[in-house]
Amino acid sequence: MNEEIRQIIAAHGRLSIDVAALAPDADLYHAGMTSHASVNVMLALEDHFDIEFPDRMLKRSVFESIAAIERALVELLSETPVS
Amino acid sequence: MAMRVGIDLVSVDGVRESIREHGARYLERIYTEGELCDCRTDQGIIAERLAARFAAKEATLKVLRPVDEAIPWHTMEVVRHGAGWVDVELSGRAADLAANGGLSDFALSISHEADYASAIVIAELDLRDQRSDPIMNI
Repeated sequence: MNEEIRQIIAAHGRLSIDVAALAPDADLYHAGMTSHASVNVMLALEDHFDIEFPDRMLKRSVFESIAAIERALVELLSETPVS
Repeated sequence: MAMRVGIDLVSVDGVRESIREHGARYLERIYTEGELCDCRTDQGIIAERLAARFAAKEATLKVLRPVDEAIPWHTMEVVRHGAGWVDVELSGRAADLAANGGLSDFALSISHEADYASAIVIAELDLRDQRSDPIMNI
């Protein structure tokens, strides 16, 4: 999952640095991700993992690092019913 | 009477990318029906106008200063008046946060060029009117 998140951030986060070199807890906003870019990251994550971020998760801290995004995804995927 | 100010700058290209890659999901998630209506012309949706409205929402957040709290984008709506000027109207949690924080009389100005759109929001801050906010105090 960590690698998939990195690929999505690389494609949509508009960072000015190499995403592969980022520590899991590195602040993505400090690395150059804008609020608008974080929306694109969120939508791409939803497409890729077939989930939807609920309103309660649409806040800065959920998207501030690779580790934070991974925690949110783990939570959402655990809530997704198996069809 | 104190004031609080927020400003934001948004890349129009970033908005175009969002429309291209996520289409209606992006538009409906971020913008209200009224905002989308104000950004449409016979030639389609105008990315510069959307970018200005996203900047307005972010500038409003900088005035509201939520503490690790989700404020839905639709609760900060840019309303365009007939003569062309704009206001930001708050509802739901954004309105609660403003009231509890002693913020009132929000004023908005937006601008856009081909590459970037910007917005500035100013509100009056009455420190005597700040109320206890159960969410802010968690």
